[in-house]
Amino acid sequence: MNYLKLKSLTKSIWVFHAACSPCNNCDIEVLDLLTPRYDVERFGIVLVGSVRHADCLLVTGVPNYKTAERIKKLYAQAPKPCLVVAVGSCACGRIMFRESYNSPCNLDEIIPVDVYIPGCPPKPEAMIAGIVKLINKIKGVR
Amino acid sequence: MLKIIFNYLVFPGFLFSAFLGLMTSWFDRKITARIQWRKGPVWYQNFLDILKLFYKETILPTQAKFSFFLSPFLGLCAVVIVGTILGRLLINPLESFLGDLIVVIYLLVIPAIALILGASSSGNPLASVGASREIKLLLGYELPFILSILVVIIKSNSIKLNEIINQQMSSGSYIFSFSGAIAFLVALLCTQAKLGFVPFDVSEAEQEIMAGVLIEYSGLLLAIFKLMRAILFYIMPILLIVLFMGKDLSLGFLILKYLFLVILIILLKNTNPRLRIEQVLKFFWGPLSFLGIIAIILALLGL
Repeated sequence: MNYLKLKSLTKSIWVFHAACSPCNNCDIEVLDLLTPRYDVERFGIVLVGSVRHADCLLVTGVPNYKTAERIKKLYAQAPKPCLVVAVGSCACGRIMFRESYNSPCNLDEIIPVDVYIPGCPPKPEAMIAGIVKLINKIKGVR
Repeated sequence: MLKIIFNYLVFPGFLFSAFLGLMTSWFDRKITARIQWRKGPVWYQNFLDILKLFYKETILPTQAKFSFFLSPFLGLCAVVIVGTILGRLLINPLESFLGDLIVVIYLLVIPAIALILGASSSGNPLASVGASREIKLLLGYELPFILSILVVIIKSNSIKLNEIINQQMSSGSYIFSFSGAIAFLVALLCTQAKLGFVPFDVSEAEQEIMAGVLIEYSGLLLAIFKLMRAILFYIMPILLIVLFMGKDLSLGFLILKYLFLVILIILLKNTNPRLRIEQVLKFFWGPLSFLGIIAIILALLGL
């Protein structure tokens, strides 16, 4: 029973892409994952349109005063268990926008982040490696 | 009594048609992936999806009415009954009853009505846009669909599925006559709209109105809607086979015809862009209904 639960939760991840004021570079790299070269659908990973269907919130960009509230609401609207993946250096730690006038705080101070994928933008391979780490973390494998 | 319950819940009914429906959906995803030069998911992917949705939290919006919870079950029940009727018919053609074609036509409208009910009781503006599009779509495709079925009724002079099959066994499949071929084309395009597939998927357009009618559904209720769609995807080709190519319904030929129809539907889905809602209505009420009427005239002339 537990095996089935783990298997179904880790082999069928539906991703909601929450663009949190990014520069669109990470978004383009995320779309690369769906192309024939990387094709993450063979692992059951699909992009969905509505946050109610999501198992995983993929956040790109630095939260500013407006999007910080939005991302909090989005996380509350997602059915649990819901994972959060921070893609790009901005979402991981605000890099050069740390002193910016309109960036209140880090992403992980708003919602709990499960895996960080740094890079500007990260390569598709790095994202797949991040998802594998996330799945291993859920399964409890070291 | 026990046999009837078994029929509805296990063999040609719920479990069997759910299994075949999910396999057909996987086939769709795999072929789509191969067309796009991708690898595609493993064969049990759709089962995992449904199972995962059972483990997820089900969120009921605060504005949701009672029908929000009830409508997925309504749709699922309707398609399961159709699956049972068609399954029993193929196993033992003598079990058909008078007017079962009419019952099947009525029951096949219910999934769309369930989607409309669920979407409009969820209180989401995008869902209501989706629901209004679904209503227009329903009004659009229902007319040519019934016209094409009328051709079959005229040619076989009966509303019993069993007699339609018998007639075709003795005088050849209807698809090989002029009127039958035109009616089949019309019915195939209406099937595409009934299944909510790409040229006519305005009610669920993922890029414009996110998931449209399904936007507020999550967890168990979403799983049931997905199951309903999957079973519908298994039923519609079977219905087309019974109506238009019922010459040889032995198991091997049945599977071949089924695969042929499914691949045809998937190819139509993958090679067409999405139409806007007014284009869909124009298409169904204009050229397609016209073709349907021509087919009826040809059928009345005996061609």
